[in-house]
Amino acid sequence: MSTIDPKPSSIAATKTARPSREVVQVKERSSTVRSGILRGLSNSTVTIITILIGLLWSVPTFGLFISSLRPASLIQSSGWWTAFTPPWQFTIDNYQQVIQAQGLGQAFLNSLIIAIPGTLLPTLVAAFAAYAFAWMKFPGRDWLFFGIVALLIIPIQITLAPVLSIFTTIGITGSYLAVWLAHTAYGLPFAIYLLRNFFGSLPSDLFESAHIDGASHSRFFFNIVLPLSVPSLASLFIFQFMWVWNDLLVSLIFLGGSPQRAPLTLTIANLVNSFGSNYEVLTSAAFISMVLPLVIFFSLQRYFVRGILAGSVKG
Amino acid sequence: MARVQFEHVYKQFGKVEIVHDISLDIQDKEFLVLVGPSGCGKSTCLRMVAGLEEPSEGKIFIGDRLANGVDPKDRDIAMVFQNYALYPHMTVFDNMAFGLKLRHFSKPEIKKRIEDAAALLGLEQLLKRKPKELSGGQRQRVALGRAIVRDAQVFLMDEPLSNLDAKLRVATRAEIIKLHQRIQTTVIYVTHDQVEAMTMGDRIAVLSGGNIQQLGTPQELYDHPANIFVAGFIGSPAMNFIPGAQVIAEENSTFIILKDIGRVTVPSHYVERAQASVGRNLTFGIRPSHLEDAELISSERDLESTIEGTVDVVENLGNELQVYLASGDKSLIATLNPRSRLKSGDKVRLFVDSNQIHLFDSDTGQTIF
Repeated sequence: MSTIDPKPSSIAATKTARPSREVVQVKERSSTVRSGILRGLSNSTVTIITILIGLLWSVPTFGLFISSLRPASLIQSSGWWTAFTPPWQFTIDNYQQVIQAQGLGQAFLNSLIIAIPGTLLPTLVAAFAAYAFAWMKFPGRDWLFFGIVALLIIPIQITLAPVLSIFTTIGITGSYLAVWLAHTAYGLPFAIYLLRNFFGSLPSDLFESAHIDGASHSRFFFNIVLPLSVPSLASLFIFQFMWVWNDLLVSLIFLGGSPQRAPLTLTIANLVNSFGSNYEVLTSAAFISMVLPLVIFFSLQRYFVRGILAGSVKG
Repeated sequence: MARVQFEHVYKQFGKVEIVHDISLDIQDKEFLVLVGPSGCGKSTCLRMVAGLEEPSEGKIFIGDRLANGVDPKDRDIAMVFQNYALYPHMTVFDNMAFGLKLRHFSKPEIKKRIEDAAALLGLEQLLKRKPKELSGGQRQRVALGRAIVRDAQVFLMDEPLSNLDAKLRVATRAEIIKLHQRIQTTVIYVTHDQVEAMTMGDRIAVLSGGNIQQLGTPQELYDHPANIFVAGFIGSPAMNFIPGAQVIAEENSTFIILKDIGRVTVPSHYVERAQASVGRNLTFGIRPSHLEDAELISSERDLESTIEGTVDVVENLGNELQVYLASGDKSLIATLNPRSRLKSGDKVRLFVDSNQIHLFDSDTGQTIF
């Protein structure tokens, strides 16, 4: 994403007096180019090829899903594709075993306990910070912003040892607080960058109008900026949630000593260590961990796409 | 009392001086237009009255109170922006109520003010809609409504008609004039369009390069421009300028000789000034509407003031002919009576209305008469 000037001059207003002839000519030219390519490839051919590739890519995942529903003995002895011939022996034993006996149910809850504050906290802090960078003037503002964005370059692995020793000194290692703080800190540079771009793309005369109306910074922030920023806040939420939910390293380092607080990722990793060849356990565990991100992604999908474009296209 | 005064105001952005020594006295209830080309400092002056910028030097008074350093919300001004600046997620009603709510007006009072303003602007049916459901003209009226409900002592308008199409612009112009007559508030209106300035202003301040070139009523600016810039800016089509004019004083009359173009008699009330300017570099000016086809003139009129040339293009507008002609090495424009029979390529003799001629000092740009 390119750096955006935080005070652009105008919203894309209703343009006037552009001769309609020009617009029609441009449309004709681009559709001629496009129809040229399509004529060469034929729309339906491309569609068919795309669908085929999609199906092909999904086959391994589908295979794993079928495996997760088959009894252990069958998995060891025959390939998953044989499950489609009678006798049909599907079972949900694997899921039951994994949730109760292997503690995945608890791990699912732990993941939620880690992920929700680990997403809300950085979003909240970043929103305030991004607003200040976009709309408030203070000395050193641009240098500070540059510094925060530069933090994106630092790999988190470098920070793990020093941060761990700080956390141990203050005694929070092994508690949820440690992971929440860590995720917040690691997520802030990207979050501040994303939100500041979006906030800055709001037209400056909106701010001036509110200023003349008597709005203070906090009024403007809560009453105008936040309601208009729901798409980018939602996309940030998705980015951050996915990152925290799928994270293994941070929870391994900061929660490693407390198995009762282990999230899904950590628990599944341990399962791999002890049950390396037992597909029935691994496949069902994998699909349990996928459920929530899939639900979130599909329900908030339109915000995700909008969020990627936020800041690059105005409005 | 809502006078607005500028006292020797300067504004610099970094090293660039945008506004240079502006002093202006705007009367209560006056509709003052700040007009000029892009970059002349008119929007900057408006923003300094609003409080969005502070002057680098000088003082601004609103309603006889010093406004320097006062927050915009405490200045009792309302502003209408070029891009309307409506809050996109709020309904029209909420847009208009926003400023009033922040000032802790009671709900019934807010409702009454909005309904009055909506009635004035024809917005009653639109109060529940959001800005994206409105046309450009409707959005502009909401922006005006938002300013009206504030009941401020000064209205500031920053090129509010620029984003409307031509027909809507003409209609909205009339609405704003009528509005001003109804609500009787001081208005400072910024535009780059001289037609808007001429039709709407009680007085016009023409700005260029950060300076006020002239301040006066539309008629004063049209009849007696202070310099070449104002003369060429006000009026459409623009005034014809012919540099290299010579003043020749003979026994009974004084003439201005335009080489290869023509000769004009100087009327008696200008003779003294014309003779005093002999020896300077002079530019002659005449508006296109003050030229007439000599064929159509009866012989009693003074045909000593004429310009000759060859017709390039004739544009027939129905009520008038706009004729572009080549004369000497200059291109001139004349607005003629449609009875004229001119065609492209014809040789033409144009009568010059010598009571409407202008003479300028070419070096300083100042008007001689």
